Amino acid sequence: MLGLLARLGATTISSFQRLGRGTFFLARVLTGLHSLLPRPGLVIAQVYSIGVLSLVIIVVSGIFVGAVLALQGYNTLVNFGAEDALGVLVALSLLRELGPVVTALLFAGRAGSALTAEIGLMKTTEQLSGMEMMAVDPLRRVIAPRLLAGFVSMPLLAAMFSFLGIMGAYVVGVGALGLDGGAYWSQMQDAVDFRDDVMNGVIKSLVFGFVASWIAVFEGYDCVPTSEGVSSATTRTVVHTSLAVLGLDFVLTAVMFG
Amino acid sequence: MQNGRFVEIWVGLFVAAGFAAFFGLAMQVSNIPLFQTVDGYDVHVRFDNIGGLRERAPVTMAGVRVGRVKSIGLDENTYDARVTITIDRRFDRLPEDTSASIYTSGLLGEQYIALSPGGLDFYLRDGDEITLTQSALVLERLIGRFLASMGEGDDND
Repeated sequence: MLGLLARLGATTISSFQRLGRGTFFLARVLTGLHSLLPRPGLVIAQVYSIGVLSLVIIVVSGIFVGAVLALQGYNTLVNFGAEDALGVLVALSLLRELGPVVTALLFAGRAGSALTAEIGLMKTTEQLSGMEMMAVDPLRRVIAPRLLAGFVSMPLLAAMFSFLGIMGAYVVGVGALGLDGGAYWSQMQDAVDFRDDVMNGVIKSLVFGFVASWIAVFEGYDCVPTSEGVSSATTRTVVHTSLAVLGLDFVLTAVMFG
Repeated sequence: MQNGRFVEIWVGLFVAAGFAAFFGLAMQVSNIPLFQTVDGYDVHVRFDNIGGLRERAPVTMAGVRVGRVKSIGLDENTYDARVTITIDRRFDRLPEDTSASIYTSGLLGEQYIALSPGGLDFYLRDGDEITLTQSALVLERLIGRFLASMGEGDDND
């Protein structure tokens, strides 16, 4: 019984210690961000591997999420004779919730895990220590460009996800289910507000992009330098990012739309 | 790492596609207030009861949208609803004795103001007031009246 209590306390203390270490790590990376200004190529290369290589999964899932929303929404709305409101349903759910959240979850699986594994392997093979030996700060050379690239890529990916979802729903709703295309767009434009819906979605995806990249680079930088350590750090990245995104989404939604 | 030029082209395409999607969301999906301001003149309308009328609701004549509701307020002297509507500049020949009614689009749809033209040769101008109005139908009041008239009918039998 006492041992159980002691272990619980130790786990709690060590998780707070990790949170504190993560915060110090973030502060050091952010103060080193200005060193990227003369070398934008580092960030561009990371936007390629984080953003561009995530495009395929974002495009495909965006179209299919929109198409499924249209099918499911139509089945319910048609009972009330309100199937013309399908565009409103799809646009609001994608812009406010599904676009930012699903993009962040896919980002954690596709780009976050890769970031953690890459940085973790650099640490395991002592490339990071090697950089320090050559007086190159790995936080500035390796970590900062990746953090910034994730922060930049997420809102762009989320915007594409939402837009393609709305197009996918248009194809299903107007093309296959026979809705009126004019009503689809005009009801959507009447109900969707630029500042309340589109901009709040962008703010959400900026927050998620920041948190997801932070967790990914920190887990990689902080991992135990063994092959097991890298694999468990990669798992932690996906789990912690998903939990953080879902929790933050609730808070942001309560603040924005509550 | 791939050829630097190749990477830059792809990143450029990625950023362009992201901004294009954002632009598409702004223009096609939402109603940016910037492009939605109706260029026109304001007319005041008084109603006893506006029902569920909201700001930015459409104003139509013969079913064609001619403007939008700009603001809704309460006149504290007469306890009337004072609705200001903006009518598009193109429709500048509405007779001065035009009347306004509040209708509902569809059974449960949103409420809008329908204008029906009068016959005068003077036209509405900025700041004018429409006095011939018909309030919104409030369902509860309608049912109440119907029940009251039913009761009277029973007495006569």
